[in-house]
Amino acid sequence: MADAYILDAVRTPRGKGKKDGSLHEVTSLHLATTALKAIRDRNNLDTTMVEDVVLGCVEPVGEQGADIARIAVLNADYAETTAGVQINRFCASGLEATNMAAAQVMSGQSPMSIGGGVEAMSRVPMGTSGGAWPMDPQIAFKSYFAPQGVSADLIATKYGFSREDVDAYAIESQKRAKHAWDNGYFKNSIVPVKDINGLTILDHDEHMRPDATMQSLASLNPSFQMFGEMAFDGVVQLRYPEVERVEHVHHAGNSSGIVDGAAAVLLGSKEAADAAGIKPRAKIRSFTSIGSEPSIMLTGPSAAAERALKRAGMKPTDIDLYELNEAFASVVLRFMQALDVPHDKINVNGGAIAMGHPLGATGAMILGTVLDELERRDLNTALITLCVGAGMGTATIIERV
Amino acid sequence: MSNNINYNVDADGIATITWDMAGRSMNVLNESSIRDFAEATEKAIADEAVKGVIITSAKDAFLAGADLDMLVKTAFGPKDAKALTENSGTLQKIFRRYETSGKPFVAAINGTALGGGLEITLACHYRIAADNPKTKLGLPEVKVGLLPGAGGTQRLPRIIGIAKALPLLLQGKELDPKKALAEGIVNEVVPADQLLARAKEYLMGSPVSAQPWDDKKFKVPGGAVYSPTGAQTLMGGIAMSHKESFGNYPAIKAILSCVYEGLQIPFDAGLRVETRYFVSLLLDPTAGNMIRTLFISMQELNKGARRPVGEPETEVKKLGILGAGMMGAGIAYVSAMAGIECVLLDQTIEAAEKGKAYSTNLLDKAISRGRSTPEKKEKHLALITPTTDHADLAGCDLVIEAVFENREVKAEATRKTEAVIPETAIYASNTSTLPITGLAEASKRPESFIGIHFFSPVDKMMLVEIIMGKQTNQRALAVAMDYVKKIRKTPIVVNDSRGFYTSRCFGTYVNEGIEMLAEGIAPAIIDNVGRATGMPRGPLEMNDDVALDLGHKVRTQTRLDLGDAYEATPADDIVETLVVKLGRYGRKNAKGFYEYPADGKKYLWEGLADLAPVKQTEGTPALIKEIRDRLLVRQAVEAARCFEEEVTTDVRDADVGSILAWGFAPWTGGPLSYIDRIGVAEFVKMADGFAQQYGKRYAPPQMLRDMAAKGETFYQTAKLAAAAE
Repeated sequence: MADAYILDAVRTPRGKGKKDGSLHEVTSLHLATTALKAIRDRNNLDTTMVEDVVLGCVEPVGEQGADIARIAVLNADYAETTAGVQINRFCASGLEATNMAAAQVMSGQSPMSIGGGVEAMSRVPMGTSGGAWPMDPQIAFKSYFAPQGVSADLIATKYGFSREDVDAYAIESQKRAKHAWDNGYFKNSIVPVKDINGLTILDHDEHMRPDATMQSLASLNPSFQMFGEMAFDGVVQLRYPEVERVEHVHHAGNSSGIVDGAAAVLLGSKEAADAAGIKPRAKIRSFTSIGSEPSIMLTGPSAAAERALKRAGMKPTDIDLYELNEAFASVVLRFMQALDVPHDKINVNGGAIAMGHPLGATGAMILGTVLDELERRDLNTALITLCVGAGMGTATIIERV
Repeated sequence: MSNNINYNVDADGIATITWDMAGRSMNVLNESSIRDFAEATEKAIADEAVKGVIITSAKDAFLAGADLDMLVKTAFGPKDAKALTENSGTLQKIFRRYETSGKPFVAAINGTALGGGLEITLACHYRIAADNPKTKLGLPEVKVGLLPGAGGTQRLPRIIGIAKALPLLLQGKELDPKKALAEGIVNEVVPADQLLARAKEYLMGSPVSAQPWDDKKFKVPGGAVYSPTGAQTLMGGIAMSHKESFGNYPAIKAILSCVYEGLQIPFDAGLRVETRYFVSLLLDPTAGNMIRTLFISMQELNKGARRPVGEPETEVKKLGILGAGMMGAGIAYVSAMAGIECVLLDQTIEAAEKGKAYSTNLLDKAISRGRSTPEKKEKHLALITPTTDHADLAGCDLVIEAVFENREVKAEATRKTEAVIPETAIYASNTSTLPITGLAEASKRPESFIGIHFFSPVDKMMLVEIIMGKQTNQRALAVAMDYVKKIRKTPIVVNDSRGFYTSRCFGTYVNEGIEMLAEGIAPAIIDNVGRATGMPRGPLEMNDDVALDLGHKVRTQTRLDLGDAYEATPADDIVETLVVKLGRYGRKNAKGFYEYPADGKKYLWEGLADLAPVKQTEGTPALIKEIRDRLLVRQAVEAARCFEEEVTTDVRDADVGSILAWGFAPWTGGPLSYIDRIGVAEFVKMADGFAQQYGKRYAPPQMLRDMAAKGETFYQTAKLAAAAE
């Protein structure tokens, strides 16, 4: 089997996912196009070598519907022969897209492929595409469906993380993100979103709240208490009877932000990279997606990470830097607890609590972020993972070359 | 025209189909009435002279639903999906036929229309109800473990929207006509004497003759399934009903599925979906067990199925109540409610008056809620005479003793009372633990001595456990049963035993919770799974509610009485420590297994971990299943032992009693139905397995082994025995 190399990674900045967000007036297609154009242009890429573009997108309806990957490929003026496919592994879609693109390369079926993702959450809101899980009684009963926020609160309760713990984690995320931005750690990957006349609309993550304090967070009401107490706490307790009472600790300040954005990662074989004159930045060591218990839903990352490590013949301590999507603070705290990962090795430049989580794109974004950081610190290995709706986890291990 | 339906066409071409089943006080849907109704509707449709049709009833009620005997027969009949599917669509076809006939059909709802009764009207193009607040309209099928299978799950949400329909379908809520009008279920409410005239007037105007859902442009009112409001409603509805039913009732999930699936497709396809789910409920044992126990058996017991044949009818006119505490006061309340003169006796007049004040409080509450009047209250209170003088008991037909649970105190009460009451009077003890035969030793007339065991709170608990002492005669039983019937409670009859039937079996549930705690299962798991099993509360919180010191007393007494035969367990030590060393008595002193903060919700006491170190912290599906099985099997083993020992002698007593007395998981239909449902042989295997692992208390009685060997079940055997009589 051939190795798949990461040749480059780019991302747009993340716009606030609301009507007053800077990217609200920018189409999903334009966001995806921006990322695809950038990765081509900065590598002088002959796109006839790119056989497929795999883009994650979680709400693939409306303007994001009907295979936005192929439409973006066309809009970015790639070679007509470059195909495009949109995939959905919920929050890990961007990483899954990258893994699938890598698999095409590793299996020898494509010299170069692009993985990435796009989500304009301000334009196609969460839940727009519907779905059977919460709505079809047959599966909702069987799997003890609860909204993610209740599951995140359940994780905090079951594994013993208090409101102070999750808030403190959030503050640290904000601090790290600001420090990274202030010191230009992200500038290698960020591609500003420009208008049709070439004027910049947004060149930085605008969701950040670096001024947040423990006090300001303490004033926020838990977001999922009402839902939980109305019904869902009782539902998850049927599956987790060891929990006497679900403590609702998550709120807007310690959960991932709703934002708009897109990302792209270029993967290729050694031969293709040589032919294109691109120096590979890292190699894919292993990847996996795994199913986990769906009611608590968000504990998949540790299982995915363990499997990816095993597949790569590695131990948790062999990883220099971890990147776990900050869907909710308790998800990261539980992962650190489960794998015994110290805080200074994970999400070292902040994460989605500070900068936001554009569902379909995040996985590709954080892969690029941690690769930049490996290079900056001159370290070798990183494990990227995300928790996934309906009880899944996706993980990828990369190693610099 | 038939024994069931009158058919009449007037000069203006208005046909009236009147339900009026001969020899019955109520119209019901059964094979013959359904056939006759179909014929009448066909005739109206075929007759060119008929311009419009009124469907009404000549009884007080419009139609109260399906014949439960027919349902139970079907539920316990062959589990043949194909045949059941073919037979279940009959009503749907009849309704569909008249609602698409092109002729206007109006329902003139003169009285209560429930289940299939309401479904008849939902298929009409217009519904007018007579203004009678006593009329009940609803689809209560869910309460018997079924769903409204004659289009109810499809028509109701198409008429009033998903959000309004779900509570009616899922809780079986019943509405009076005014509320039904507000909800949009009926189109008009008119004075009763104008009902038929108004129905005709409507038909003579410009009546609607097609259903909105047969219009191509039809939209579900309030939003389709995948509209924002539809999604919110269904998601919330699913979660809430899952939480409240713990997933124990297949009907709830089936109803939700009918709405979710059926409202995304055309009406006729929706009906097919409804039939599939209806049949799935007939294939599952839950509905049959629920109907048999909660309706058929309960009705039979209420009608006096267990009353001794041949004993002349009796009537208690004057009742003596010894002890005006919580129980005595409650007994006075329910008895005066039935018009019985009560003498409420206690040691001090203050105590006796306090017992009477209990009635005053309840009646004041009822008045404030519009359920009673000051006149009724005065009449009620006038029937209760508080006293300290035994002489006032003279002339009582029945005396119920409800004094302190102590043999000596009770014996003295018996002697003092028998000195003044007529020789013909029956003397009853409301003891919940002391064997009746022993108490009767203090009596001059042990043959007239009986146990009448009420449950607390007396005004709410519907069951009365009647206990036969060794010498109790049939007349005493007849008096007790006639009295229980008069106060409109459900009687079961049992023979004497420690804890009789109900307390004995209930005790196994609460004790098993403590055993599990001693084994190291996390207490939250025990109580959460206990509740999820369908029991009203978890075993540990139940211990707190009945009081741990009381439990300790019972244990100590039992240990003394049984001597070497007593099987000591780690649970004994836990209770001993809680009560004796730590003074934790339960809810009554705000500390037990739980802590009870004055200003908040109770929570598990942290100190439990020191008494019983937790070994099982994870509620895995396997552990959840095992706890669930253990809690049910432990109770069912005890119920089977009671049956073997002839403490209970009738399956109806055992099953109805279990649900009404201690809330045994109602979805099972009771412990004996539960054993039948699992299969006696399989049950024996489960119980043997638990006995091996957890102790002899699980060991199945020999009777079950014999039954398993012969392939018998409790209900088949009971049926054969009844047929032989």
